[in-house]
Amino acid sequence: MSDITPTADALLMAKPAPRSRNMGQIIRWLLLFIGGIAMVMPIAYMISTSLKWPHEVYNVNLIPVEPTIENYTYVLEDGRFYWWFVNSIIIATITTICNLLFDSLVGYTLCKFRFPGRTIVFIAILSTLMIPTEMLVIPWYLMSQSFGWLDSYWGIMFPGLMTAFGTFLMKQFFESVPDDFIEAARIDGLNELQIWWTVAMPLVKPALAALAIFVFLGNWTAFLWPLIVTNSVDMYTIPVGLSGFGDEADVAWELIMTGAAISTIPTLIVFLIFQRFIIRGVVMAGLKG
Amino acid sequence: MANLALRRLTKSYGTTEVLHGISLDVADGEFVVLVGPSGCGKSTTLRMIAGLEETTSGIIEIGGREVNNLEPKERDIAMVFQNYAIYPHMSVKKNIAFGLRSSKMPKADKEKRILEVASILDMVPLLDRKPNALSGGQRQRVAIGRAMVRDPAVFLFDEPLSNLDAQLRTQMRLEIKKLHQRVGNTIIFVTHDQVEAMTMADRIVIMKDGYIQQVGTPAEVFHKPANTFVARFIGAPSMNLLDGIWDGETITLAGDQKVRVPALQTAAGSKVLLGARADDLKAGNPNTVLSGKVMLREPLGSETLIYVDTASGEIIAKADGRTPPQVGDAVTLGADPENIHVFDAKTGEALT
Ligand SMILES: Nc1ncnc2c1ncn2[C@@H]1O[C@H](COP(=O)(O)OP(=O)(O)OP(=O)(O)O)[C@@H](O)[C@H]1O
Ligand SMILES: [Mg+2]
Repeated sequence: MSDITPTADALLMAKPAPRSRNMGQIIRWLLLFIGGIAMVMPIAYMISTSLKWPHEVYNVNLIPVEPTIENYTYVLEDGRFYWWFVNSIIIATITTICNLLFDSLVGYTLCKFRFPGRTIVFIAILSTLMIPTEMLVIPWYLMSQSFGWLDSYWGIMFPGLMTAFGTFLMKQFFESVPDDFIEAARIDGLNELQIWWTVAMPLVKPALAALAIFVFLGNWTAFLWPLIVTNSVDMYTIPVGLSGFGDEADVAWELIMTGAAISTIPTLIVFLIFQRFIIRGVVMAGLKG
Repeated sequence: MANLALRRLTKSYGTTEVLHGISLDVADGEFVVLVGPSGCGKSTTLRMIAGLEETTSGIIEIGGREVNNLEPKERDIAMVFQNYAIYPHMSVKKNIAFGLRSSKMPKADKEKRILEVASILDMVPLLDRKPNALSGGQRQRVAIGRAMVRDPAVFLFDEPLSNLDAQLRTQMRLEIKKLHQRVGNTIIFVTHDQVEAMTMADRIVIMKDGYIQQVGTPAEVFHKPANTFVARFIGAPSMNLLDGIWDGETITLAGDQKVRVPALQTAAGSKVLLGARADDLKAGNPNTVLSGKVMLREPLGSETLIYVDTASGEIIAKADGRTPPQVGDAVTLGADPENIHVFDAKTGEALT
């Protein structure tokens, strides 16, 4: 602001230091620029490759010599990709909804109720964060096998329907909901479930939005577990399916990149929807009392 | 509407008892203020009445019905919190309507009731606003509206004015009092501000360390404090208290000044505290209490507080606002016999 309407004082004081301020700004821009390039490059190559003919795939040029949308027609008309896309949508959506519900229910309970064993439960949940997925895959697999969950939606989804991270995140956010709010609602005659839903949940919307984005993206891009638990091509999710695109001998990068490019669309939509809540939520947090 | 009774109410957190047997009878429609220093158990008492806190022992009755084992919503009470507890994601109207959520009233009646409450509180033009577009006083009114809308038997207020600035507090104090005269529900109001207590209450309950010190009308607790704690707590400036010894007829103060007081119910030779309020100590009163030199003056406009150094200790008195004595002047102060209080030096209990 002060750059636009500087006061006389500010002008006088700013005079000796314009050079160093410019330098600082240049360095900042430079760093941001490098960071930006690093993040945009892979995406640019993904789109560029998806527009190339197979023989051009291994050239590093960013602009395809002979751009084509042939890959897109192929992928979209290929029945397999359609199913993977549907599978991914179903799995990521259900998992996201379940996480929003379960993580916030458990987080709310751990945050707002006092009961014997509360700390132990919380520590137990947190400690699961320290075990990497790679280690859990074997017990999950054995479990799925003995319950007959292999090669099913349920089999893909069940490990992620509730996450320790989400529970922790929600618990921390519920700390910011004043106890008075909850007690006032109790006096007004709401039961505990109604209080959670009508009073507490709307106040943690930013956290829910952030969690929704995390969980959706996490499941959308999940690879290892879906690869292990699925057998039939029809049950694959996009990452699993794309990894095997092409024939046995040769990986069809242009098709993989096309699939990847298409599959970023839902993530963009999810981000755009929920990001709105994050911004609104920050505005709301400014209200005291 | 209903009366409220507390019978030997106690509360312990773990092994520490914080309330030691509170007994109180509140008549239907009465405005009772619980007042006391921080940590004395006012909020705990109120929250137990509301049902937000379990009672360790004792009985709570609302409208003649024991409510100990009832949920808050079944007790027919409404509560206004210090931080208002109005929901930032709901409009004023929704917030007020929240108090009616669990009532079985037909929708049209609810609408009518909300409007009625809003107009009593002067909030009709604000009904569609969100709380973040309201001032502190308006937010507090929304909170009161939400409590009112249900027409509860008992209103509970927990320091509802302490987040407001001084001027607004005075204004809201009046508004709540007017509201009480208009709706007539029983009110239990918690505050640590003795001025609030004095100005609003029909009866004041003064608490300290989990005990009730005195229950009485504002005039009673001001003019007949039951002990030195009440004497110091109520009234500003605090009551002067001077050490002395009762010899059966007079009290001899530390500086050998003698004060005549009516007969006391205590043995001659016992140590006592002589109490007199600044308002009652006047230069020129024929019933002389003690004399000394003016050390300091605090002009308040219509009157001036004078700090007088006497042989028996420093005391505060009031003098005329226009022609107060100068610093360094010698003054002789007296008080009417009925305005002189005597307390047992050991127990602090009143002896007059
Ligand atoms: N959950 C709790 N666990 C243990 N002790 C508590 C708890 N809540 C209150 N206390 C204790 O009970 C006593 C009374 O507390 P209370 O909140 O009723 O005080 P108060 O009179 O309302 O004070 P204030 O004017 O500061 O609000 C205090 O000594 C407090 O430390
Ligand atoms: Mg309190």
